[in-house]
Amino acid sequence: MSALTHTEPRGTRAWLLSDHPTSRRQARLGQSYRTWLALRGNWLAMVGLAIVLALVLVAIFAPWLAPYNPILGQDLNTARLLPPLSPGHLLGTDDLARDILSRLIYGTRLTLMVVALVAVIATPIGLLVGTTAGYFGGWVDTVLMRFTDVVLAFPRLILALAFVAALGPGIENAIIAIAITSWPPYARLARAETLTIRDSDFIAATRLQGASSVRIIWKHVVPLCMSSVIVRVTLDMAGIILTAAGLGFLGLGAQPPQPEWGAMIAGGRRFLIDQWWVATMPGIAIFIVSLGFNLLGDGLRDVLDPKGRK
Amino acid sequence: MTGTEMSEKTMTDTVLSVENLEVTFRAGLEEVRAVRGVSFTVGRGESYGIVGESGSGKSTVLRAICGLAPTSGGRIVLDGAPIPAPRDAAFYRRVQMVFQDPYASLHPRHTIDSVLSEPLAIQGFDRREERIEQALEEVGLGKGFRFRYPHQLSGGQRQRVAVARALILEPEVILLDEPTSALDASIQAEVLNLLDRLRAERGLTYILVSHDLAVVSHMCERLLVMQHGQAVEELTRGALRARQAQTDYTKTLLKASEGYSAEVPA
Repeated sequence: MSALTHTEPRGTRAWLLSDHPTSRRQARLGQSYRTWLALRGNWLAMVGLAIVLALVLVAIFAPWLAPYNPILGQDLNTARLLPPLSPGHLLGTDDLARDILSRLIYGTRLTLMVVALVAVIATPIGLLVGTTAGYFGGWVDTVLMRFTDVVLAFPRLILALAFVAALGPGIENAIIAIAITSWPPYARLARAETLTIRDSDFIAATRLQGASSVRIIWKHVVPLCMSSVIVRVTLDMAGIILTAAGLGFLGLGAQPPQPEWGAMIAGGRRFLIDQWWVATMPGIAIFIVSLGFNLLGDGLRDVLDPKGRK
Repeated sequence: MTGTEMSEKTMTDTVLSVENLEVTFRAGLEEVRAVRGVSFTVGRGESYGIVGESGSGKSTVLRAICGLAPTSGGRIVLDGAPIPAPRDAAFYRRVQMVFQDPYASLHPRHTIDSVLSEPLAIQGFDRREERIEQALEEVGLGKGFRFRYPHQLSGGQRQRVAVARALILEPEVILLDEPTSALDASIQAEVLNLLDRLRAERGLTYILVSHDLAVVSHMCERLLVMQHGQAVEELTRGALRARQAQTDYTKTLLKASEGYSAEVPA
């Protein structure tokens, strides 16, 4: 193939898709670009990605997007419990005359924080426990996985409730509680993946170069478990948001006057019959964001599945 | 070929000897004695073949030598000293292995570059860039392959990468576990010739496991026939070509392979 000798690649795309990458960076970027092309072909995944990106952007630009202060209400005599599409209040106001749209916009920050922190805390724990158990097998496996089973045996919300009750209510403690209760499925998944990889020839070959177990787990096993765990985490995001909202609803997550979506639903449930929008608007927000993460996770699964596409 | 001169030299200088090797796999109450009291010696610079049908324990012998299978009895001696268990890093610098299936022996997410640079990093080699380029050159793959992923290579090219990975640590002994049986007939010859050339250039010692007598008679000066985990008999290449087998099993094996080996030029 003459592609080997051509000096000027025809544009970035050709450079990325070259079968003859000339540097580590080009090989890695090319691989990522291929993944992106595959993801782009799935329009539902793109819808999910758009929702997630919108969530991030709204969270970043909340102060500029929100028309009102999310915590301080308007005049309680004139602006209380206004219905949606009222002048100046697109989604209406709640019982303290606060603009619901502004509270939803600021609430994205809390939602995003919960999702990001839980992912950052729970994923490494799950990966570490799962790959270690799977790689070493024997009694290490037994001890780690039985411990995982114990944690897994508790219903998630109940365990999170117990933790929050012990640690005290608040969004930070809710995040820790959710993280502690959400790692076991990742550990199980990572262990299952590790078991299929552990006895393969490429791991044996690495062992024959004198590599330590830590090196094999970190550089060879984890990258192969990563994609299925990422997919699982993305799909779990919806559940995490719902658990955070549930804790907020029960009064154990975010505390008033923080504009957390679950707490907003809890606040609005008293008016559900007459002023339906107070509880419904944050419910719709939770629904959309959960849907976004689910669609994205589904798309990622098709693209990243290590068995589907080599 | 340098094979014949080497076989004379080998008798004096033993690099690896296996004495009464036993490998037993246990799963619960079940016990499988995969290798039962196998002994042989391999001279420096020699190419030694192990043949036998599937399940005869020939691959297990190789895996036991490099520590991938548990030895339950006997000794493996490298250059006069018993091999430590577990194997240490110094052992792996001297003994490397090439696996049967090139589709399974390369990490699907690592570029050829990282496949080759990893052993260098583990063993603390210097001049890594040069060594990687040289290793690729030696197995007949140019620089253009360096940053590719395994899925961008053909089976033969992958097996060349696996050979390069084994060679890059400059070992003395290379264990070859059916290195060509997963490849097309035309690619098989290419890889065998590559292995032959590298042995001549570097004075390597090979232990080649195969079920294919034609491959073994092409590559090896001496060979061991195995059946049911036991050594049946040891033959020289001359005896193999002259069909001078002592035992009935080897005679059957020779007969079974006749149609095939007749086509391979000596």
